[in-house]
Amino acid sequence: MYRYDEYDREFVEQRAKQFARQVERRLAGELSEEQFLPLRLMNGLYLQLHAYMLRINVPYGCLNTTQLRKLAHIARVYDKGYGHWTTRQNMQFNWIKLDDMPEILLELASVEMHGIQSSGNCIRNITADEYAGVAADELEDPRVYCELLRQWSSLHPEFSFLPRKFKIAITGARHDRAAVLAHDIGLRLHENDSGESGFEVFVGGGLGRTPFVGKSIRDFVATRDILAYCEAVLRVYNQLGRRDNKFKARIKILVHEMGAAAFAELVEKEYEFIKDGALELAKEEVERIRMHFAPPAYESLPDVSPALESQKAEDTAFATWCKNQLAAHKQPGYAIVNISCTPIGKPPGDIACDQMEALADLADEFNFGELRVTHNQNLVFTDIRKQDLHALWQKLVPLGLSTPNHGLITDTICCPGLDYCALANARSIPLAEKISERFADQERQEEIGEIYLNLSGCINACGHHHVGHIGIVGVDKKNSELYQLMLGGSADENASLGKILGPGFDEDGIVNAVEKVVDTYLEIREEGEKFIDTYRRVGPGPFKENVYRAPA
Amino acid sequence: MPQVVIANRLRDGIVVFLGADRRWMERVQDCAPAISPEDAEKILDLGLQAERDQEVVGPILADVEQRDDGWFPIKRREAIRAAGPTHRADLGKQAED
Repeated sequence: MYRYDEYDREFVEQRAKQFARQVERRLAGELSEEQFLPLRLMNGLYLQLHAYMLRINVPYGCLNTTQLRKLAHIARVYDKGYGHWTTRQNMQFNWIKLDDMPEILLELASVEMHGIQSSGNCIRNITADEYAGVAADELEDPRVYCELLRQWSSLHPEFSFLPRKFKIAITGARHDRAAVLAHDIGLRLHENDSGESGFEVFVGGGLGRTPFVGKSIRDFVATRDILAYCEAVLRVYNQLGRRDNKFKARIKILVHEMGAAAFAELVEKEYEFIKDGALELAKEEVERIRMHFAPPAYESLPDVSPALESQKAEDTAFATWCKNQLAAHKQPGYAIVNISCTPIGKPPGDIACDQMEALADLADEFNFGELRVTHNQNLVFTDIRKQDLHALWQKLVPLGLSTPNHGLITDTICCPGLDYCALANARSIPLAEKISERFADQERQEEIGEIYLNLSGCINACGHHHVGHIGIVGVDKKNSELYQLMLGGSADENASLGKILGPGFDEDGIVNAVEKVVDTYLEIREEGEKFIDTYRRVGPGPFKENVYRAPA
Repeated sequence: MPQVVIANRLRDGIVVFLGADRRWMERVQDCAPAISPEDAEKILDLGLQAERDQEVVGPILADVEQRDDGWFPIKRREAIRAAGPTHRADLGKQAED
């Protein structure tokens, strides 16, 4: 993975010290909250319901074990023993004290981490396919461009005060695991007819109160031009994006209001002006960055491991885990392993400091000392020898990290909701736990198959409810929580937005409604048909009928 | 409706409630609510002054009611701030009782 050079190190240390002085001045009464707010947000520090919340960037989800141990240390010493993986592949701590912040930032800087640009109206942590560099279906490793974009967007003077926050995601694979169509800019690596690699560029996707699927504004931008092209998009947005109304300030509103074609035209004009200039990526620079992402020292192994096959035959629990948690690796004899941080009946994405430390040890032992955070709030070990899978699994079981629910209905995306968040209107975690418990039976989950259930505690949609196959959003109605149910969303290459099925439910009602939706699907699905495909075939009708049918 | 001033303490972000003698209390049971709307305005002014004095952040009024063990917020958001996350009894003020 990318390691800081002298410039990066100095920059992050300076910023940590600068913020330490700002905290000092705040505590000494020299800065008011109004003055301090933008400064703390620039460093990822929010004030939530119970305490300060610190969001720490995990660049495009890549983490090494030294960093993970540091996060565990921060959780133990400065927080309440746990952290929370977010949908931007970051980590949040919920119980931070302002006077600890200077120390925490220095601790983070010592392992090449920080919270800079994890909040505020700037370019946020760039997210990517969690299988980047190892996926069997990948054309090219997107992390190289993630890193180049990270460097370009870090403290970019022109884009430090955008109309609103800005999120970029990249996939280098055919199957989109990074939800690129739900981003301000989504980039999809592919090859043109002459075999040159470049990006299809989508703009104006996003969730929140006004959701949109990103629109393609250019089929192909050569990789060497991607910084210039993104700069052109940002320049148009920075000039024309609305600053008069926070709720209409995202690029998606601009693109929607002026139309994608008109927006693309302006971008092209700007691009003409700046391309072939300083932002063009020199081959040597791309190669220098690519070296950071060189594959580890893989062994030459047969793709089939006889040991693994017999272990699976002997141990059904292990076989179940393998069936659900593994993905195809480009290197024969290796597997990608999904590690669920969403166990049955527990808060999605929470992880205890002891679990972090144990996982760091396992990543050192089995996974070349690295791991990935996913936008689904789980973790991935990218490079496990198939012959080691059983040993790894045996060590994950006592840690509570062996839940075999990847891509199943209990593998929920869920925001912190009203249990923590100052913006939320309703709780989301307890509901995610209830739904998870309702569908806890492994056999039943597998019979249901792939369903992404996403849950948010308000319309801001941090839980990505618009792009869940089943989406739930909580609202407050006269001090009661009301949950709306939507169906038909999807975050992959065929992205779509879910539609509200009908009137909302209370907490128990929504769990029952989800079950009725699932039962309806099981009843009407065709052979081998996934939930989302059934919904797309039949529409909301049969679901609506069953969910809202009066009890006999 | 009795009301109390609720805020986050500047130094550590911990939720506090305005008690007697302008003291900020960590437990809602120790708050000193205003009974009349006029008194509510007065205690909110005290809260806003404490914000200007860099003691607390974001003081607001919250409705409270008398329960067996003392005052407690009526609205869910403030109730969660007074007790802790509802899915984990081991966190927040509820864990300290």
